[in-house]
Amino acid sequence: MKTLLSMAATVLFGVYASVAVAGDPEKGGKVFKKCKACHAVGDGAKNKVGPQLNNIVGNAAGAVEGYKYSKALAAQADAGLIWDEAALSEFLKKPKAYMPGTKMSFSGLKKESDRENVIAYLATFSDTDTLAAVAADEREVTLSDATLSIEGDVAYGEYLASDCQTCHQVSGASDGGVPAIVGWPRVEFVYAMHAYKQKVRPNPVMQMMAGGLGDEEIAALAAYFEGLE
Amino acid sequence: MKLTRRAFIGTTAAASLSAPLVNAGGHGRPKAVIIGGGAGGATAARYIAKDSKGEIDVTLVEPSRQYYTCFFSNLYLGGFRSMDSIGHSYGTLASEYGINVVHDWAVGIDRGAKTVTLAGGSTLNYDRLILSPGIDFIDGSVPGWDVSSQNAMPHAYKAGSQTELLKRQIESMPQGGVYAMVAPPNPYRCPPGPYERVSMVAHLLKEINPTAKILIADPKPKFSKQGLFEEGWQKHYGGMIERIGPDFGGDNVSVDAGAMTVTIDGSVEKVDVCNVIPAMKAGRICEIAGITEGNWAPVSAHTMQSRIDENIHVLGDASAQGDMPKSGFSANSQAKVAAMAVRGALTGSKVFPAKFSNTCWSLVDTDDGIKVGATYKATDEKIAKVDGFVSKTGEDAALRKATYEESIGWYAGITSDMFG
Repeated sequence: MKTLLSMAATVLFGVYASVAVAGDPEKGGKVFKKCKACHAVGDGAKNKVGPQLNNIVGNAAGAVEGYKYSKALAAQADAGLIWDEAALSEFLKKPKAYMPGTKMSFSGLKKESDRENVIAYLATFSDTDTLAAVAADEREVTLSDATLSIEGDVAYGEYLASDCQTCHQVSGASDGGVPAIVGWPRVEFVYAMHAYKQKVRPNPVMQMMAGGLGDEEIAALAAYFEGLE
Repeated sequence: MKLTRRAFIGTTAAASLSAPLVNAGGHGRPKAVIIGGGAGGATAARYIAKDSKGEIDVTLVEPSRQYYTCFFSNLYLGGFRSMDSIGHSYGTLASEYGINVVHDWAVGIDRGAKTVTLAGGSTLNYDRLILSPGIDFIDGSVPGWDVSSQNAMPHAYKAGSQTELLKRQIESMPQGGVYAMVAPPNPYRCPPGPYERVSMVAHLLKEINPTAKILIADPKPKFSKQGLFEEGWQKHYGGMIERIGPDFGGDNVSVDAGAMTVTIDGSVEKVDVCNVIPAMKAGRICEIAGITEGNWAPVSAHTMQSRIDENIHVLGDASAQGDMPKSGFSANSQAKVAAMAVRGALTGSKVFPAKFSNTCWSLVDTDDGIKVGATYKATDEKIAKVDGFVSKTGEDAALRKATYEESIGWYAGITSDMFG
């Protein structure tokens, strides 16, 4: 998958890209791994914890259909923010400094070259002609329909969630390296927890917490947190 | 006299003692009294009040109006946090959750009558009592030291003025002076605590007094995250820190607060700062209640109920529960199990099986964070460890920085889980 993506990105950059940017899309594809837990891009990409990122470069902020933006981003979108290379670069450097109140729980890309490259990578998905050539990102783990279709028990989720709330704030605020998890789409929550449980995602605290949860319990937590504002 | 005063909803805890004497509704509601407003007690009070939605009358007894967390107080010594940033008030628990916050000392418990006597003379009735008093020190555990020596030789193991005093003393050390720590024997509050403290003191000294020395007299052969700390000390503070374990007499220590000396296995050392962390036991109210065996209060793992009195639950440092370390995270985790059990007993709400977790983060130097954690389950015998992890030696700088940042997120999370 990685090879296919980066090959496609390289080819597309030279041939089609309508958005002129400075970075190296192939290197940007590697940087984008940091974003993939929350963002999809490519053909058929859907909103996850964050919006899908097709056509993001050079376009109006806050315009992805079906995504519920933070108040902060919505306000800037209303004020006419365009995600050109300069704005994206400033945002990605330190999201919470550029846009206090953003939902994006990401500390930022300090290196200018990383930002240039990832924007170049995203730019290859910002020309509608090229989108069909690249498949949307695959999930980190494969889950059966049975697992995905469990209707979580919200009351049980509320009890289990007390364990999460030692670190993850129930208000949806976030500090330091602990992301906000309230209001996530249920299916994203389920995939994220199973990715920790299967140790595909690296954090040992989360691997341990998810490791102690069964499918029903993950579904219960997902249902509870989805319902929190 | 029965205590009937309570905070008006909407007033702050600070105002609660002068609030008019009213009993705002809820006649005959079952009463939960919680003694101690730290990671165990504040969390238990908040969860009982929040989840019982007014069905239980919740009173929290805590002497301090401003609570300084022990966790992150070492970061204050290192200059990474201000004292203000680790201080919390009980205002939100009173105003948003309707908890009756009483700033007083609990001095007596009558288990037969189910009452608590406060130093101010009032009496509180309870249907369920939760004790979360933290630790007290064992008299005579470090010969030459008692609480009257704590200004000359601070323990700084309850955060606040003691921590500030210790920092001032470190800052006043002569160039090339000696900071000594008398480390505690097992079991004690916050197993990485003394060693994170040494790291933070070393960080401070490296900046202001780089030729100073740190001497640790330790009665324990090994300690939490030892390999990780020792690797970090070598890397960041090479040559500054010396630890004398029991094989060299670290278990045979006395102090003289007047002469500012530490005697280790007969050899007298003159020191400039002496941080004595004595052996510990459950907070004294547990002894007064008559629910201790040895130094601690044994509890059932399923509910955190005292093995001696089922109407009393004991949380956190004071409890003898099994495998969990005495940490703020553990107390917070146990509080949720106890809160559920208390609600179940008093209102018949659903009780789910107990689950516990803990993670202890420590800062070794700037952006060099390490962690250890585990999950636990309740067995009939004890709280038993299920699974765990620990940081590894040789991890790269980016991972260590991420670990530190995670601890900052955890601090914000647990303090909002405690204080609302």
